[in-house]
Amino acid sequence: MIGALIARDVRRGFTGAAWLPIAFFLLVATLVPFAVGPDAGLLARIGAGTLWIAALTAALLPIERLIEPDRADGVLDQLALHGLAEEAIAVAKIAAHWLTFGPLLFIAAFPVAALLHIDQQALGRVLISIAIGTPGLAALAVAVAALTAGLPRAGAIAGLLMLPLAVPLLIFAAAFCGGGGNQPLALESAVSILLLAGAPFVTGAAIRAART
Amino acid sequence: MSALLRFDDVTLRRGGRLLFEAVDLSLNAGEAVQVAGPNGSGKSSLIRLAAGLLRAQAGRVQRSALALADDNPALDRELPLGRALGFWGGRVKAAMDALGLGQLAEVPVRLLSSGQLKRASLARVAASNAPLWLLDEPLNALDADGAERLARLVDTHLKSGGAVLAASHQPLGGEWRMLELGR
Repeated sequence: MIGALIARDVRRGFTGAAWLPIAFFLLVATLVPFAVGPDAGLLARIGAGTLWIAALTAALLPIERLIEPDRADGVLDQLALHGLAEEAIAVAKIAAHWLTFGPLLFIAAFPVAALLHIDQQALGRVLISIAIGTPGLAALAVAVAALTAGLPRAGAIAGLLMLPLAVPLLIFAAAFCGGGGNQPLALESAVSILLLAGAPFVTGAAIRAART
Repeated sequence: MSALLRFDDVTLRRGGRLLFEAVDLSLNAGEAVQVAGPNGSGKSSLIRLAAGLLRAQAGRVQRSALALADDNPALDRELPLGRALGFWGGRVKAAMDALGLGQLAEVPVRLLSSGQLKRASLARVAASNAPLWLLDEPLNALDADGAERLARLVDTHLKSGGAVLAASHQPLGGEWRMLELGR
Protein backbone atom coordinates (compact mmCIF):
# COMPACT_ATOMS: atom_id res chain seq x y z
CA MET A 1 0.00 0.00 0.00
CA ILE A 2 2.90 2.39 0.76
CA GLY A 3 4.33 1.86 -2.73
CA ALA A 4 0.91 2.51 -4.29
CA LEU A 5 0.51 5.66 -2.21
CA ILE A 6 3.94 6.99 -3.25
CA ALA A 7 3.20 6.22 -6.92
CA ARG A 8 -0.20 7.93 -6.63
CA ASP A 9 1.23 11.06 -5.02
CA VAL A 10 4.10 11.28 -7.52
CA ARG A 11 1.62 10.94 -10.39
CA ARG A 12 -0.62 13.60 -8.84
CA GLY A 13 2.42 15.84 -8.35
CA PHE A 14 3.50 15.58 -11.97
CA THR A 15 0.01 15.83 -13.47
CA GLY A 16 -0.69 18.77 -11.19
CA ALA A 17 1.64 21.70 -10.94
CA ALA A 18 5.00 20.03 -10.25
CA TRP A 19 6.61 22.38 -12.75
CA LEU A 20 5.52 25.40 -10.72
CA PRO A 21 8.13 25.16 -7.90
CA ILE A 22 10.87 24.54 -10.44
CA ALA A 23 9.69 27.45 -12.59
CA PHE A 24 9.69 29.56 -9.42
CA PHE A 25 13.19 28.31 -8.59
CA LEU A 26 14.46 29.27 -12.05
CA LEU A 27 12.68 32.61 -11.91
CA VAL A 28 14.18 33.57 -8.55
CA ALA A 29 17.65 32.61 -9.76
CA THR A 30 17.13 34.58 -12.99
CA LEU A 31 16.05 37.69 -11.12
CA VAL A 32 19.14 37.81 -8.90
CA PRO A 33 21.55 39.06 -11.62
CA PHE A 34 19.05 41.82 -12.43
CA ALA A 35 18.85 42.78 -8.77
CA VAL A 36 22.57 42.78 -7.86
CA GLY A 37 24.08 43.58 -11.24
CA PRO A 38 26.20 41.59 -13.71
CA ASP A 39 29.37 41.44 -11.55
CA ALA A 40 30.47 37.82 -12.14
CA GLY A 41 32.56 37.69 -8.96
CA LEU A 42 29.71 38.89 -6.77
CA LEU A 43 27.23 36.53 -8.44
CA ALA A 44 29.57 33.58 -7.93
CA ARG A 45 30.00 34.52 -4.25
CA ILE A 46 26.27 34.77 -3.50
CA GLY A 47 25.22 32.13 -6.06
CA ALA A 48 25.10 29.08 -3.79
CA GLY A 49 23.17 30.91 -1.09
CA THR A 50 20.74 32.27 -3.68
CA LEU A 51 20.26 28.80 -5.07
CA TRP A 52 19.44 27.45 -1.63
CA ILE A 53 16.93 30.18 -0.85
CA ALA A 54 15.27 29.45 -4.19
CA ALA A 55 15.24 25.72 -3.29
CA LEU A 56 13.61 26.51 0.04
CA THR A 57 10.80 28.45 -1.58
CA ALA A 58 10.39 25.73 -4.21
CA ALA A 59 9.86 23.16 -1.43
CA LEU A 60 7.38 25.47 0.28
CA LEU A 61 5.18 26.25 -2.72
CA PRO A 62 3.23 22.97 -2.99
CA ILE A 63 2.76 22.66 0.78
CA GLU A 64 -1.04 23.17 0.70
CA ARG A 65 -1.59 20.16 -1.55
CA LEU A 66 0.60 17.73 0.43
CA ILE A 67 -1.87 16.76 3.19
CA GLU A 68 -5.02 18.90 3.16
CA PRO A 69 -6.73 17.54 0.00
CA ASP A 70 -6.37 13.96 1.27
CA ARG A 71 -7.57 14.93 4.75
CA ALA A 72 -10.63 16.76 3.43
CA ASP A 73 -11.47 13.98 0.99
CA GLY A 74 -11.27 11.16 3.55
CA VAL A 75 -8.24 9.49 1.94
CA LEU A 76 -6.21 9.63 5.17
CA ASP A 77 -9.09 7.93 7.05
CA GLN A 78 -9.39 5.20 4.43
CA LEU A 79 -5.62 4.59 4.48
CA ALA A 80 -5.81 4.16 8.26
CA LEU A 81 -8.69 1.70 7.83
CA HIS A 82 -6.53 -0.23 5.38
CA GLY A 83 -4.05 -0.73 8.21
CA LEU A 84 -1.54 1.97 7.32
CA ALA A 85 -0.20 3.80 10.36
CA GLU A 86 -0.24 7.59 10.10
CA GLU A 87 3.56 7.56 10.42
CA ALA A 88 3.80 5.23 7.41
CA ILE A 89 1.50 7.57 5.47
CA ALA A 90 3.88 10.39 6.40
CA VAL A 91 6.91 8.46 5.12
CA ALA A 92 5.11 7.86 1.81
CA LYS A 93 4.17 11.55 1.56
CA ILE A 94 7.76 12.64 2.27
CA ALA A 95 9.16 10.25 -0.35
CA ALA A 96 6.59 11.37 -2.95
CA HIS A 97 7.12 15.07 -2.23
CA TRP A 98 10.88 14.69 -2.55
CA LEU A 99 10.53 12.73 -5.81
CA THR A 100 8.41 15.50 -7.33
CA PHE A 101 10.78 18.37 -6.54
CA GLY A 102 14.21 17.01 -5.50
CA PRO A 103 15.44 15.50 -8.79
CA LEU A 104 13.98 18.38 -10.83
CA LEU A 105 15.79 20.83 -8.58
CA PHE A 106 18.97 18.88 -9.13
CA ILE A 107 18.60 19.29 -12.90
CA ALA A 108 17.52 22.92 -12.67
CA ALA A 109 20.67 23.69 -10.66
CA PHE A 110 22.77 23.40 -13.87
CA PRO A 111 21.23 26.32 -15.81
CA VAL A 112 21.01 28.34 -12.61
CA ALA A 113 24.73 27.74 -11.94
CA ALA A 114 25.50 29.02 -15.44
CA LEU A 115 23.36 32.13 -14.84
CA LEU A 116 25.05 32.90 -11.54
CA HIS A 117 28.61 32.18 -12.74
CA ILE A 118 29.04 29.32 -10.26
CA ASP A 119 32.16 27.38 -11.30
CA GLN A 120 32.28 23.60 -11.69
CA GLN A 121 33.85 22.89 -8.32
CA ALA A 122 31.31 25.05 -6.51
CA LEU A 123 28.51 23.48 -8.57
CA GLY A 124 29.63 20.05 -7.37
CA ARG A 125 29.32 21.27 -3.79
CA VAL A 126 25.89 22.76 -4.48
CA LEU A 127 24.68 19.48 -5.98
CA ILE A 128 25.96 17.50 -2.98
CA SER A 129 24.29 19.91 -0.57
CA ILE A 130 21.00 19.71 -2.52
CA ALA A 131 21.14 15.91 -2.59
CA ILE A 132 21.64 15.81 1.18
CA GLY A 133 19.44 18.73 2.21
CA THR A 134 16.33 18.34 0.06
CA PRO A 135 15.08 15.11 1.72
CA GLY A 136 15.16 17.03 5.02
CA LEU A 137 13.30 19.92 3.39
CA ALA A 138 10.67 17.49 2.04
CA ALA A 139 10.22 16.00 5.53
CA LEU A 140 9.86 19.44 7.08
CA ALA A 141 7.35 20.51 4.41
CA VAL A 142 5.15 17.43 5.00
CA ALA A 143 5.22 17.88 8.79
CA VAL A 144 4.30 21.56 8.52
CA ALA A 145 1.60 20.71 5.94
CA ALA A 146 0.06 18.26 8.42
CA LEU A 147 0.26 20.74 11.29
CA THR A 148 -1.52 23.44 9.28
CA ALA A 149 -4.00 21.22 7.37
CA GLY A 150 -7.53 22.57 7.60
CA LEU A 151 -6.52 25.91 9.10
CA PRO A 152 -7.66 29.13 7.45
CA ARG A 153 -4.77 30.82 5.55
CA ALA A 154 -2.78 27.60 5.98
CA GLY A 155 -0.32 28.52 3.21
CA ALA A 156 0.83 31.70 4.94
CA ILE A 157 1.01 30.01 8.36
CA ALA A 158 2.97 27.13 6.82
CA GLY A 159 5.53 29.57 5.44
CA LEU A 160 5.91 31.26 8.81
CA LEU A 161 6.43 27.87 10.47
CA MET A 162 8.65 26.25 7.90
CA LEU A 163 11.13 28.93 6.96
CA PRO A 164 12.59 29.46 10.47
CA LEU A 165 12.79 25.69 11.00
CA ALA A 166 14.75 25.36 7.76
CA VAL A 167 17.38 27.91 8.86
CA PRO A 168 19.89 25.34 10.26
CA LEU A 169 19.77 23.41 7.00
CA LEU A 170 20.29 26.62 5.05
CA ILE A 171 23.22 27.76 7.21
CA PHE A 172 25.16 24.51 6.98
CA ALA A 173 24.39 23.98 3.27
CA ALA A 174 25.49 27.52 2.43
CA ALA A 175 28.64 27.12 4.56
CA PHE A 176 29.55 23.91 2.73
CA CYS A 177 28.85 25.47 -0.68
CA GLY A 178 31.00 28.45 0.31
CA GLY A 179 34.01 26.14 0.76
CA GLY A 180 33.74 25.66 4.51
CA GLY A 181 35.17 22.13 4.48
CA ASN A 182 33.39 18.93 5.35
CA GLN A 183 32.22 19.92 8.83
CA PRO A 184 29.24 21.97 7.58
CA LEU A 185 28.32 19.05 5.32
CA ALA A 186 28.32 16.70 8.31
CA LEU A 187 26.11 19.13 10.21
CA GLU A 188 23.78 19.57 7.22
CA SER A 189 23.51 15.77 7.01
CA ALA A 190 22.76 15.58 10.73
CA VAL A 191 19.98 18.20 10.45
CA SER A 192 18.53 16.46 7.39
CA ILE A 193 18.54 13.08 9.17
CA LEU A 194 16.97 14.62 12.25
CA LEU A 195 14.16 16.11 10.14
CA LEU A 196 13.66 12.83 8.29
CA ALA A 197 13.53 10.89 11.56
CA GLY A 198 11.23 13.28 13.41
CA ALA A 199 8.82 14.43 10.70
CA PRO A 200 6.85 11.15 10.37
CA PHE A 201 5.99 11.23 14.08
CA VAL A 202 5.00 14.91 14.02
CA THR A 203 2.94 14.32 10.87
CA GLY A 204 1.29 11.21 12.30
CA ALA A 205 0.34 12.98 15.52
CA ALA A 206 -1.02 15.97 13.55
CA ILE A 207 -3.17 13.72 11.33
CA ARG A 208 -4.60 11.94 14.38
CA ALA A 209 -5.22 15.23 16.20
CA ALA A 210 -7.09 16.63 13.19
CA ARG A 211 -9.65 13.79 13.47
CA THR A 212 -10.79 14.83 16.92
CA MET B 1 -20.18 -16.79 18.07
CA SER B 2 -17.87 -13.79 18.51
CA ALA B 3 -19.24 -10.37 17.58
CA LEU B 4 -17.89 -8.49 14.57
CA LEU B 5 -18.36 -5.25 16.50
CA ARG B 6 -18.78 -4.82 20.24
CA PHE B 7 -19.22 -1.70 22.37
CA ASP B 8 -18.96 -2.15 26.15
CA ASP B 9 -20.10 0.80 28.23
CA VAL B 10 -18.76 3.31 25.71
CA THR B 11 -18.82 7.05 26.35
CA LEU B 12 -17.82 9.70 23.82
CA ARG B 13 -17.26 13.42 24.25
CA ARG B 14 -16.31 15.76 21.42
CA GLY B 15 -15.39 19.40 21.85
CA GLY B 16 -16.23 19.18 25.54
CA ARG B 17 -19.79 18.00 24.79
CA LEU B 18 -21.11 14.62 25.87
CA LEU B 19 -22.47 12.87 22.78
CA PHE B 20 -23.45 9.57 24.37
CA GLU B 21 -22.55 7.52 27.39
CA ALA B 22 -22.63 3.91 28.54
CA VAL B 23 -23.56 2.58 25.10
CA ASP B 24 -23.52 -1.23 24.76
CA LEU B 25 -23.74 -2.82 21.34
CA SER B 26 -23.01 -6.22 19.94
CA LEU B 27 -23.14 -6.85 16.21
CA ASN B 28 -22.88 -10.47 15.08
CA ALA B 29 -22.56 -11.98 11.62
CA GLY B 30 -25.78 -11.58 9.66
CA GLU B 31 -26.99 -8.63 11.75
CA ALA B 32 -27.74 -5.07 10.71
CA VAL B 33 -28.10 -2.17 13.12
CA GLN B 34 -29.33 1.31 12.25
CA VAL B 35 -28.17 4.16 14.45
CA ALA B 36 -30.91 6.78 14.53
CA GLY B 37 -31.37 10.09 16.27
CA PRO B 38 -31.73 13.81 15.64
CA ASN B 39 -29.01 15.97 14.07
CA GLY B 40 -26.03 16.33 16.37
CA SER B 41 -26.90 13.29 18.48
CA GLY B 42 -23.58 11.63 17.62
CA LYS B 43 -24.56 9.15 14.88
CA SER B 44 -21.59 9.92 12.64
CA SER B 45 -19.26 10.07 15.64
CA LEU B 46 -20.45 6.61 16.69
CA ILE B 47 -19.64 5.32 13.20
CA ARG B 48 -16.17 6.90 13.33
CA LEU B 49 -15.67 5.48 16.82
CA ALA B 50 -16.62 2.04 15.51
CA ALA B 51 -14.09 2.52 12.71
CA GLY B 52 -11.33 3.37 15.19
CA LEU B 53 -10.98 6.94 13.87
CA LEU B 54 -12.09 8.37 17.23
CA ARG B 55 -11.27 7.21 20.73
CA ALA B 56 -13.83 6.66 23.46
CA GLN B 57 -13.39 8.49 26.76
CA ALA B 58 -14.61 5.41 28.58
CA GLY B 59 -15.49 1.85 27.72
CA ARG B 60 -14.11 -0.61 25.21
CA VAL B 61 -14.62 -1.10 21.49
CA GLN B 62 -13.73 -4.37 19.75
CA ARG B 63 -13.94 -4.62 15.98
CA SER B 64 -13.11 -6.98 13.15
CA ALA B 65 -11.85 -5.93 9.71
CA LEU B 66 -14.15 -3.24 8.38
CA ALA B 67 -14.91 -0.88 5.53
CA LEU B 68 -16.37 2.60 5.87
CA ALA B 69 -18.49 4.72 3.52
CA ASP B 70 -19.20 8.27 4.63
CA ASP B 71 -19.67 11.59 2.87
CA ASN B 72 -15.99 11.69 1.80
CA PRO B 73 -15.52 9.68 -1.40
CA ALA B 74 -11.74 9.25 -0.92
CA LEU B 75 -11.26 8.91 -4.66
CA ASP B 76 -8.68 10.59 -6.87
CA ARG B 77 -10.75 13.24 -8.67
CA GLU B 78 -8.61 13.29 -11.80
CA LEU B 79 -8.72 9.53 -12.46
CA PRO B 80 -11.45 7.55 -14.25
CA LEU B 81 -13.79 6.05 -11.67
CA GLY B 82 -12.67 2.45 -12.32
CA ARG B 83 -9.01 3.29 -11.70
CA ALA B 84 -9.80 5.50 -8.71
CA LEU B 85 -11.72 2.66 -7.05
CA GLY B 86 -8.98 0.22 -8.07
CA PHE B 87 -6.54 2.05 -5.78
CA TRP B 88 -8.40 0.58 -2.79
CA GLY B 89 -8.40 -2.94 -4.25
CA GLY B 90 -10.99 -5.71 -4.03
CA ARG B 91 -13.68 -6.81 -6.49
CA VAL B 92 -14.15 -3.40 -8.05
CA LYS B 93 -15.94 -4.40 -11.26
CA ALA B 94 -18.55 -6.52 -9.50
CA ALA B 95 -19.18 -3.76 -6.96
CA MET B 96 -19.52 -1.11 -9.67
CA ASP B 97 -21.99 -3.28 -11.57
CA ALA B 98 -24.00 -3.93 -8.40
CA LEU B 99 -24.36 -0.18 -7.85
CA GLY B 100 -25.10 0.64 -11.47
CA LEU B 101 -21.75 2.33 -12.09
CA GLY B 102 -20.49 -0.02 -14.83
CA GLN B 103 -21.05 2.59 -17.56
CA LEU B 104 -19.05 5.19 -15.65
CA ALA B 105 -15.78 3.27 -15.31
CA GLU B 106 -13.95 5.59 -17.73
CA VAL B 107 -15.51 8.84 -16.50
CA PRO B 108 -13.21 11.06 -14.34
CA VAL B 109 -14.36 11.22 -10.73
CA ARG B 110 -14.53 15.04 -10.85
CA LEU B 111 -17.37 14.83 -13.40
CA LEU B 112 -19.62 12.60 -11.27
CA SER B 113 -22.75 13.92 -9.59
CA SER B 114 -23.12 13.77 -5.81
CA GLY B 115 -25.42 10.75 -6.13
CA GLN B 116 -22.89 8.95 -8.33
CA LEU B 117 -20.13 9.82 -5.86
CA LYS B 118 -22.21 8.31 -3.06
CA ARG B 119 -22.69 5.14 -5.11
CA ALA B 120 -18.92 5.11 -5.74
CA SER B 121 -18.09 5.28 -2.04
CA LEU B 122 -20.60 2.47 -1.39
CA ALA B 123 -18.92 0.53 -4.21
CA ARG B 124 -15.58 0.95 -2.42
CA VAL B 125 -17.10 -0.75 0.62
CA ALA B 126 -18.85 -3.44 -1.42
CA ALA B 127 -15.59 -4.22 -3.25
CA SER B 128 -13.73 -4.81 0.00
CA ASN B 129 -13.57 -8.21 1.64
CA ALA B 130 -14.34 -6.69 5.04
CA PRO B 131 -17.04 -8.53 7.01
CA LEU B 132 -18.14 -5.39 8.82
CA TRP B 133 -19.60 -2.47 6.85
CA LEU B 134 -19.95 0.95 8.44
CA LEU B 135 -22.25 3.27 6.50
CA ASP B 136 -22.70 6.90 7.49
CA GLU B 137 -25.90 8.37 6.00
CA PRO B 138 -25.85 5.91 3.09
CA LEU B 139 -29.07 7.29 1.57
CA ASN B 140 -27.79 10.88 1.29
CA ALA B 141 -27.94 11.93 -2.38
CA LEU B 142 -29.09 8.45 -3.50
CA ASP B 143 -32.12 8.16 -5.78
CA ALA B 144 -34.74 5.39 -5.48
CA ASP B 145 -32.74 3.07 -7.75
CA GLY B 146 -29.57 3.64 -5.71
CA ALA B 147 -31.41 2.96 -2.44
CA GLU B 148 -32.84 -0.26 -3.87
CA ARG B 149 -29.42 -1.44 -5.06
CA LEU B 150 -27.95 -0.64 -1.64
CA ALA B 151 -30.69 -2.64 0.10
CA ARG B 152 -29.93 -5.62 -2.18
CA LEU B 153 -26.18 -5.33 -1.49
CA VAL B 154 -26.75 -5.18 2.26
CA ASP B 155 -29.04 -8.21 2.08
CA THR B 156 -26.44 -10.22 0.14
CA HIS B 157 -23.71 -9.14 2.55
CA LEU B 158 -25.72 -10.22 5.59
CA LYS B 159 -26.54 -13.58 4.03
CA SER B 160 -22.83 -14.17 3.35
CA GLY B 161 -22.02 -13.72 7.05
CA GLY B 162 -21.28 -10.00 7.16
CA ALA B 163 -22.69 -7.33 9.43
CA VAL B 164 -23.69 -3.71 8.84
CA LEU B 165 -23.83 -0.70 11.14
CA ALA B 166 -25.47 2.29 9.45
CA ALA B 167 -26.18 5.77 10.76
CA SER B 168 -29.19 7.35 9.13
CA HIS B 169 -32.00 9.70 9.99
CA GLN B 170 -34.11 8.11 7.24
CA PRO B 171 -35.62 4.59 7.31
CA LEU B 172 -33.38 2.07 5.55
CA GLY B 173 -34.90 -0.75 3.49
CA GLY B 174 -34.95 -4.24 5.06
CA GLU B 175 -34.75 -5.53 8.64
CA TRP B 176 -32.68 -3.33 10.93
CA ARG B 177 -32.27 -3.42 14.69
CA MET B 178 -32.49 0.17 15.95
CA LEU B 179 -30.06 2.00 18.21
CA GLU B 180 -31.48 5.38 19.22
CA LEU B 181 -29.15 8.19 20.24
CA GLY B 182 -30.00 11.55 21.75
CA ARG B 183 -32.76 10.44 24.09
